[in-house]
Order: sequence, then structure tokens, then C-alpha cells
Amino acid sequence: MSAPARSRGGLPLSAAVATARLAGRAARMGGKGGTSLPGKVLTRLRPDAIARMADRLEEGSVVLSATNGKTTTAALVASILEAHGTTLVHNRQGANMAGGIAATLMGSWRGGRPNGRLGLFEVDEFWLGGLVQQLRPRVVLLANLFRDQLDRYGELEAIADRWHDIVAGDDGTDGAPFRLILGADDPAVADLGLERDDVLYFGVGDVSVAQTVADHASDATTCRVCGAAYVYTASFVGHLGHYSCPSCGHTRPEPQVVATRVVLDGTRGSDVTIALPVGSVDVRINLPGLYNVYNALAAAALTHALGVPLATIAAGLSSTAAAFGRAETVVIDDRELQLLLVKNPAGANEVARTLALADGQLDVLAVLNDRIADGRDVSWVWDADLELLADRVRHVTCAGTRAAEMAVRWKYAGVPSDRIAVVPEGIGAALDAALDAAPADPTVPLYAIPTYTAMLELRQELVRRGAAKGSFA
Amino acid sequence: MSERTLRIGALYPDLLNIYADRGNLLMLQRRCAWRGIGFEVTRSTIGDELDPDAHDLLYLGGGQDRDQQLCALDLTTVKKDAVHAHAARGGAILAVCGGYQLLGHHYGLQPGVTLPGLGLLDVHTERGEGRLIGNVAIEVEGRTLAGFENHGGRTILAPGQEPLGRVLAGHGNTGSSGHEGARTGNVIGTYLHGPLLPKNAWFADWLIAAALGIDPGELAPLDDAFEDAAHAGARRAAGV
Repeated sequence: MSAPARSRGGLPLSAAVATARLAGRAARMGGKGGTSLPGKVLTRLRPDAIARMADRLEEGSVVLSATNGKTTTAALVASILEAHGTTLVHNRQGANMAGGIAATLMGSWRGGRPNGRLGLFEVDEFWLGGLVQQLRPRVVLLANLFRDQLDRYGELEAIADRWHDIVAGDDGTDGAPFRLILGADDPAVADLGLERDDVLYFGVGDVSVAQTVADHASDATTCRVCGAAYVYTASFVGHLGHYSCPSCGHTRPEPQVVATRVVLDGTRGSDVTIALPVGSVDVRINLPGLYNVYNALAAAALTHALGVPLATIAAGLSSTAAAFGRAETVVIDDRELQLLLVKNPAGANEVARTLALADGQLDVLAVLNDRIADGRDVSWVWDADLELLADRVRHVTCAGTRAAEMAVRWKYAGVPSDRIAVVPEGIGAALDAALDAAPADPTVPLYAIPTYTAMLELRQELVRRGAAKGSFA
Repeated sequence: MSERTLRIGALYPDLLNIYADRGNLLMLQRRCAWRGIGFEVTRSTIGDELDPDAHDLLYLGGGQDRDQQLCALDLTTVKKDAVHAHAARGGAILAVCGGYQLLGHHYGLQPGVTLPGLGLLDVHTERGEGRLIGNVAIEVEGRTLAGFENHGGRTILAPGQEPLGRVLAGHGNTGSSGHEGARTGNVIGTYLHGPLLPKNAWFADWLIAAALGIDPGELAPLDDAFEDAAHAGARRAAGV
């Protein structure tokens, strides 16, 4: 009676992929560089496209999510797995909602199958549930939950509750058969493992890198079991640390993947000893700051769970360069420009702490945008501890859609007004102004600290000037 | 002038701080310091007794539901009499978002859960469908306040309760009343964060003057070039 059964979705998958590819090509020719547009077209044509394509990955998928460090952690995992000889389908550029994942799978689609064996997907915190249902991953890694873009996500606890349902299989997934890896040092994340006994935890063990007081951006400091405030014996990054509940005795789980020694080396990187159940290894991480130690630990835990040997994990971690726009260094006009993505107070605090370790006076280009992907609400800059840098800043050029707000923030952090400039006229003018204000000395770096869309604009400008490689290079 | 000190009581700074509320306090601190006005902050959290005579300005920020619940209970028991006494002698209060809700009579957080309030403002709040989120600008006595709002509660003013301002763009108290915030004398509740004061330096100065019991014109002028530009940026973001 009806037409031959093609599929429930109507258009066959191959035809849907071809149509979506055409749409992507047309959009690029029209000057719209959105990496997820063809994916959105595809999922519109075939709502089951992600599930169908992910089914064809021979080694299945792994999924990771966090507020901070997703792209860098995934880059570290990719580096390790590539050293291990695993071919990947990976949303490398950080397009991490359904459209971006669909576009990534589609980009790998050759003759009815993906051209990689394992799917490696970083997933937006809010999209985790839907994408876990479709991707049916072997391993899910949840690293941290920080205050981020509250205007988009609602409140932190709501995401924690959502994640809890996903882990417990209460969200309509049938029983959540994946291996679970959790950050032990983040109480909001670690508590997701309360009802499971097969969780692999990772955390920092070396208390020599702890801060004496928690910073202002701390979240989730009350016990999820009984509501009392956690007591910290060590505080590492925001609310990540060694905590226990004085009321009910609930405490940080003992991690199986641990940084037992951490020596931070300024804006260059760190030297770390990582202990895993199979042994321990010294690793050089060429990414700055304690937050990247967490990213490396997460990557070590994930690849350990996939059966990668210790030596390969260490080699992969050491060989990772900065992920796209995250602690990337480029040369422009014979000067070194270091790009440090800043998108929320916890990330900003880590960048501030890392810059505080740099030598000499600092020349900064701070770009604050308030587009949707940045978060429309710019409150978070007031939670960032820029006071740490107040007497270190030689000059800061403030740019972006909320350039003046950024300038006010630096002023109230304690930077004298005559060291602050506002250049709201576009990223090219801002870059020129920042370069002009900094000493013409190849050994003095300019630090650019852009929000997400500002980072994309700045990078595009650097590509235009021949200082950085294009993202498709 | 130099003998003056602005004494702030920060209530629950460890729990009600979700929208960078410390930016508001930092704004007050620096603007006092640049004018040679002394500045003191006393932090007071769950269980702490509050001295009703020790502060010129009490500050309450916003928090997550569970934290707000803890604060509501403490505020209406341990600190209730002191906050009322502070307000009765003309002391200023600035309460933002969750703190604003707690200055009203009650907040119906969810079916079966109603948080008690102080009743200092003649308002009450009920949880609505969805959150009211976005840039917002309001008109207050011919001037503009701009900021960002993000609240699930809808705050209803009793007849006779004065709002803080009239909505120019954004949602305000309920999304439809055209009113934003509430004000009775020096007691002010508002949903505007972002934070509020760094985007509205004139209001920071009004608040300093009100808390010290002086005319805002008595405050020494400051170079507000960046602050004025940030205010313009916040208004632009709201479309005003």
C-alpha cells in the first residue's frame, strides 16, 4: 500500500548526507563558516542520523563532558590514541552540540561507513543526555562542573541533576551500560558515582600545589547528601580539591588515576607524575597551568580505560600541542602572541594564576564578547580574580562587544586607568593597538585572553595575516 | 569627609553570590577609597548574629535554590529582628535577585515549598513557567539602570508598593507588569545583576550617599569615562 520501506525517516541516509554536504558547501561559499550547519541539515532530514552513523563505528564511541577543558582533554586523548594507532572520528574543533557531532560523523562518512574506528566526542554539558542516547558510548567521562554561561543553562545544580539521571539511566536510556569516569576532586561530579561501584576516578594528589584559600569563583561547596558545607583540606582549581562533609562524613572518593607530583612551570607547562592502576610514569605536559594537569589526568584515565599501555599514554600526553585557540602561541610582526581562551571565572582564574607565573610585566589583549556562544551575561568577569595581575599589567587593550565593561573590570581590579585602553572597533584594530602598546621586543610576549567567539574572530584575523594556520589546514 | 566610613554588612556572601555579587561590593569599595571615604565589610552567614546598629548598608545577593532555602530560614529567624531594626532607623539595603525575593513576604519556590521572607517590601514571589533571562534596562526617576536578569520567580507588588523602576526593555518583576524591583525608602530589591553597580556608576554613588545619609552631590566627582562607556554598552545590549 505504501511506498517501499526506505526507512522511517523518509530520505535514505546516503541521500540525506549528500544533501547536507551540499548545504554546507553553499553556506561556506556564502561566507558562513558555521561548522555545525551541515549537521543541523542532516539531523533535520534524518533525526536518527547520529545513531545510525555511530552504529557503524567498529570500536564504538567515547564521550566526554565538562564545563572546562573539553576540547583540550579530547585533544590529549586523540594524541594518545593516535600514538596507539587508533583511527578516530573526532569533533576536533569543539563543535559539541548535536549539529556539530552530526557534521563530524558526516565528514567522516565514506561509502556508507565512517573512516575511523573509534568515535571521540566532546559533548556540551546540556546536550549530554540526548547525545548519549544516540551515540551509545562505551565510556563516558565527566570531569567538572563550573559556573558557566548561566543565562543559557540555568543553574549548576540543574545540570548536576540532569547528569545524575543520565548516569542512573533515569532519562529514558536503557540502563546506561557505559563505563563511567569521574573527576574525584569536583564534589558535584564525584557524587554522580555514589550508586555505582565500577567508577574510575581521577584527581590531584600533590597538595603542594593547593591554594591556601579557595578563590571567589567557587561553586558546589555544599554536600549533596546532607546539604552541609564541605570542608576542604586542599583547594586546587575553584571548588576542585580534597573535601569532606563534617556533618554526614561523606568524603572525596580515592582516585585510581592520580597526579602524585606536580611541578608547575609558568606559562610553558608542567612536570607531573601520574599514578595509574598499572604503574606510574613521569610526564612533561606542554600546556600551562594546573587546569591542564586535570585535562591530562582525564585523558590518562580515559585512555587507560580503553586499554592503552602506560608508555603510550605518557608519549601522547607529552606530544600534545595546544588545542585550537586554547593556549596556542603564534608569531606576528616578529612578536610572540599567546592565545589563552577565557570563558568563565574558573577558567579565567586559572589563566590569571598562570600569567602571574610569567616573567616580567604583562602586555594583554582582553576581548570580551557577549554573543550567545560566549554567554550573554558578562557577570562572570567580576568573579574572575584579575586582582592577582593588577600590579603586573604594563598595558591592557580591551576589545569586543563589551570592551568598556572589560576596562571597568581591570580598573576596579587595581590597574591604573592610564594603563588601560578601550578599542571597540573590531578585532583588527584591537590587535594593532595591543601590538603598538607592547614593547617591540621579540622576547616579550603579548597575551591575548579572548572569550569563545572573540577567539574565533581573533584567530581568523591571525590567519588572514598569515600568522596562524586555518582550522581546515 | 575623610572621617566618614561606609560600613557594609554582606549577608551570606558564601551562599548568595551566584551572579558575581562581589563586583557590586568592589565597586562601592573603590569608589569610597578614591574619595577618601573609609570602607568596612563585615561578612555574616548562617548562624551569625547581626548587630542592628553596625552597618550603613546591608547587601544580599542571589543564590541557587538550595542555598537560598538555607538563607531564608536563617534570615527570618536568627537575623530577622536585626534587619528590621536596621531598616527602621533608615539603614540602606540592596538585595539582588534571590536576596530581593527574601525581602518580600514569601517565595513559593515549588509546589509544597514556600520560603519565608522578611516582609520588608510589600511583595511576594511565585515560581513561574520558565526563567526570565536577558539584558534589561529600566527607568528610575528619569535615569536608566541597565543590567542582566535571570530568574524563575515572578514578584508581585502589593497595591501601594512602589517599584524600583519602569521596564524599558527586558522582563522585570513578572514579565508583564512593566515594573522592575521594589523600593521603600532606602530598602531596594531588584532582579538586575550583571553585576548592577559596575554598569551603573551613578546608582553606586546614590547608594553610597543614601547609606551615609548625605546628598549624592556631596560626593567628589570621579573620572567615569570607562564606567560611562560600560553603562552605554549595557544599555545597548538591552536595546535602549
